[in-house]
Formats: sequence, C-alpha cells, structure tokens
Amino acid sequence: MSFAADSRTDGARPRPRGALGRLMSEPMGATGAVLVALFIAVALFAPLIAPYDPLALDIPAKLQGPSLAHPAGTDQLGRDTLSRLIYGARTALAIAMGATGAAGVIGLALGMMAGYGPRWLDGALMLVLDSLASLPMILFALAVITVLGPSATTLVFVIILVSISGYARLVRAQTLGLANAEFIQAERTMGASNLRILFRHLMPNVVGPLLIVLSMDVPVVIMLEAGLSYLNLGIRPPVPSWGNILYDGYSSLRQQPALVIAAGVPLVLSTIGFTFLGEGLRDALDPRLKGGGP
Amino acid sequence: MSLFELHEVGVDIPLARGITAALGGHEPRVLNILDGITLDLHAGETLGLVGESGSGKTTLARAMLGLRAARGQMRFQGQPLVRAVLRRATAMMFQDPVASLSPRMRVGDAVCEPYVIQRIPRSRRRSAADLLDSVGLPPSLAALYPHELSGGQARRVCAARALALNPALVIADEPTAGLDVSIQGDILNLMADLKRERGIGLMIITHNLPVIRHSAERIAVLYLGRLVETGPTPEVFARPAHPYTASLIASQPNPDPRKRRADLAIRGEVPSLLRRPPGCPFHTRCPVARDICARVPPPEIHVSATRRVRCHFPLIQPDRNGPQGGQ
Repeated sequence: MSFAADSRTDGARPRPRGALGRLMSEPMGATGAVLVALFIAVALFAPLIAPYDPLALDIPAKLQGPSLAHPAGTDQLGRDTLSRLIYGARTALAIAMGATGAAGVIGLALGMMAGYGPRWLDGALMLVLDSLASLPMILFALAVITVLGPSATTLVFVIILVSISGYARLVRAQTLGLANAEFIQAERTMGASNLRILFRHLMPNVVGPLLIVLSMDVPVVIMLEAGLSYLNLGIRPPVPSWGNILYDGYSSLRQQPALVIAAGVPLVLSTIGFTFLGEGLRDALDPRLKGGGP
Repeated sequence: MSLFELHEVGVDIPLARGITAALGGHEPRVLNILDGITLDLHAGETLGLVGESGSGKTTLARAMLGLRAARGQMRFQGQPLVRAVLRRATAMMFQDPVASLSPRMRVGDAVCEPYVIQRIPRSRRRSAADLLDSVGLPPSLAALYPHELSGGQARRVCAARALALNPALVIADEPTAGLDVSIQGDILNLMADLKRERGIGLMIITHNLPVIRHSAERIAVLYLGRLVETGPTPEVFARPAHPYTASLIASQPNPDPRKRRADLAIRGEVPSLLRRPPGCPFHTRCPVARDICARVPPPEIHVSATRRVRCHFPLIQPDRNGPQGGQ
C-alpha cells in the first residue's frame, strides 16, 4: 500500500526547472556535486583544516600507523599524512582545474572557429590538432619534462597541449552540426553578425557537452599528475602531491602499508566525484529534458 | 509600383570538381538551379509559389533575401537590392518553426532579437508581450524555451519575430508544414489578417495547393527551376494553362471520382537537376508533349493580361493581341 503511494508521489514529482536543481535531484549528480564541493573546500581551506604543517619533519615519529594524533599516520620523515593529503588537494585542484579549464577554453574557441569558419581554416586547424592528438600522452609529457625540467608549470603546459585537441574536436563536431541549422539561417536573414551567431547562439549549444567532458577529464588529469609525480617527473618532493605521497608510501610499503592506502583514498574519491558530476551534468544540461516531456 | 521585381533571375551553384575533371582540365560544372525567373510581387498581395521538392522554391526565396548570389535583376521597393535594407524590411519564416528558434533563447528574447540585431533604439521597440499579443499568444509564453512550445505556438512566435520590424515583405516557407489542419487554418488566417492590416507583401512557398487556393491572390508554379505558369489563383485553378499545373491540380485528391482526371496524372519522377532535359524541362513527363518540346525551350506566352505560361502547347489559347512565342 505504502509502495503504491510512494511510486505515485514519485511519478508526480515535477522535474526541477533550474540546471542546479535538476543536478541535485538525482542521487548520482548530488553525490558527485557534494564530493567535488568537499574537494574544493578542502583545497581552499587547507591551512585551516590541516592539523600539522605538511612540511614539518618529526623523524622519531616516522612511519606511524593511524592514531589519534595522526589520523592517517606519518610518512618516512615523520610528516603528518593527513595534512599532506589536504595540501595535496590544493596541488591537484590547481593543476587539474587550471589545466582542463584552460584547455577547455582554448578547445572551445578553436573548435568553434573550425566548425563555423571557412573551410581552409577548418583544414588548417584540424591538421594541427590531429598532429597534437597523435602524440602519445605520457611519452610526450616525458619528453617535454626532460627538456623543460619537472615543475607544476611544465605539467600544466603539457596537459593543456595534449587535451586541447579532444575538446576542439568535440566542439567542432557540435558546431558543424549546428552551423546550417534553421535557427542559424534565421539569424542570418535577420542580419545577425558572425560574432553574435557564434557567441549568442552557437556557444550556448556547444558548451553543455564540453562541460560534461571537462568534468570527467578532471580526474584523468589528477591521475596523470599523480602518475608523473609518482615517477618523480611532476611535483618536486617537498611540496605535497597525492602522487608523491603515493610514491613515498610505495617506498615504505613493507614497513607501513597505511601510507599507500591513505594516498589512494582521495584519488578514488575525487575521481568518483568528478565522474558522477559529469554524468549528472549530462542529464541536467540537456535542454530537451528540461521540465519533463513536451 | 511593385514591391519586389525579378527580371530573368537565375541561380547557379558550382559543383565540386571531381578528380577526373581536374585531371582532364574541363571547365567546372555548374548546377543551374533557377533560370529566367521573371516575377513581381505587390504590396498587400499574397503570392503563392508552388513546386515539387527540389524545384528551387527555397533557393528563390534565399536569392530574393540576398542570402544567395543570383544572376539577373532584382529590385526591392524600386531600388536594387541592398543587404542592410533587406535585413530590416524583409523577414523570412522558415519551414520548421521550432528549429528556427535558437534552442537556448527564451521566446521573449527571441521575438525581440531583430531589434537587438538592428540596434533599434529602445523607445521604438515593441515589448515581447506586445509582439506575442499581436499573434494571439499570451505574454506568459515569453519565459518558455522553444522546445516547450507546440508547433502552432512556435509558428506564431516565428510570425511575431518576423513582424517585429514591420517588414514590407514576408516570405513564409511552408507555413503550414507539420500542423493540424485546424491550426493550419488559424495560421493562414492570422497571416492574412496581418497582411491586410499592415499592407505587407507576402510570399508563401508551399507544395500544398489548398493552402495557395485559400490564401494567395496569385500563384507562380516552378518546375525544375523554371517558372512555368503565373496568374491569378482562381483563374489558374479553374483553367490551368500549363500541363504541369493541370497535373498538379488534378493530382489533388478529389472526393468525387467522376472528376478525377487520369489523363493528366503525372508520370515518373522529377528529373535530376544534373541531367536537366533539353527543351522544355517537363517534356519527359508531359501528357501532351510533341517532338518540338524535347528540342526547343518553350517561350513565355501571355495567355491574358495577367497570365503567363511557358509551354509550346498551352491548354488555353492566348489572347489575340498577346505577344506570341515563335513556333
């Protein structure tokens, strides 16, 4: 009986109108949004939350397991792992969001130019972008890092260069599909300038899918940063990054396995968070789903 | 004075040169979409442009609005075409009303967009509610997105947008496509009212003959990019002069079986534009074609002061004093 009543109220519940409301109304989107918000909050308020200085050495207390004093234990130099993870979130956030954000903006601009502009421009841009995409990411990263030296800036530069192509392709495909749509023709008959058509009419229709892909790519970049830092090619050691914490944990795996586990948890959580957010955004941003059926 | 005059207008599009043509060094082939279109449209008049798919109806509209390069002479309000003038004084309503509205723009912004594009000062703009009201829609619709509208509502929104700048000429491409018959009537009546109130020239592009019969004072029939017949709608429907027009009218379902004309049924398919038949383009399907039709393009014959036809053997005899074609 209660089951019938439940399903009826559930079926009658209207879809919230705003994109944010729709995102939060689905469990997956809500989980993702909360995890991502948590991640961002931790990164922003790291100095307030972290119980210790992430760089403070305490050699006698090295490689401890979880305790009240050190909830996530300590590393081989006696530094507090929880504090280092909290500060590592800053590194991860700055690199991942900075790099995907910049790559997304550049990809959006290039993709719209290629999709809407003259054919020669499309050809030229796609030639360059395809060449970039043909580079194997890790090998290319290793090559650039070898030349420029490992640093956060190099890492961001490499990530931007490697990911622009995918975003530009996505936007270009969307733009090509819309460039001859009737509403674009209607804008032309009304005398709308190309700039107006691009920014007012094409962009709102192509950013949705891009945002989804971007949010799903953030964890990929976090993993890449961790991977390169693990290989000692990313963030230089004293600065905490999830990758080099993981590396430290691996080196002392036999003495203290807690360190590796502690370093893995934020990676897993942030990956789940951004992936779920992306999935949730896909549903929330689709205009045809807005406000239920036609 | 005519609102819009076309004289011997044609549209060609160059075809992409294949690799064989490039190697052989031939001239690039050109696809001749429209040719020899001579037509005029008066203020306060509805002209119905009919023809099958691919006959060049939409291309003609696009050429008239300066969206497509064309040969020949066109004059709007007595002046050669100037894009800036056309953008302000003409409007086009597209076939698919929902698709012709920007999907992420609210209806209220969409109907007022012509003002923004043309930088009309605020004091001379009409409000979205006012524009929606003029096409019989409630102001509450302004907050909706296009996909939330019904087909008929979207059609009215497009009409409101088209009328925002008080155009002198409105071209409506298939204004009744995808609508219920009752709503088709509403839309046609709305357009007729607006035309009467504001004295705009209206060109309706359709392949739906009842629509033309209902709302157009004059009809122009296109076949494979040639204007085969023009004249006042009642006269053309009562006594078509071109065999193609006659076939089109005969092909309309008639509830009375005794009035169906099997002899005028159109045979076969529309020929490809790439292989345009020589002579009269219709001779391959024409029930009255003779040898000459396959060789000589028919001249334009004035069958009366208001009717013109391109046919060697028109179904009605021209006036004694009308200009004759060479035979």
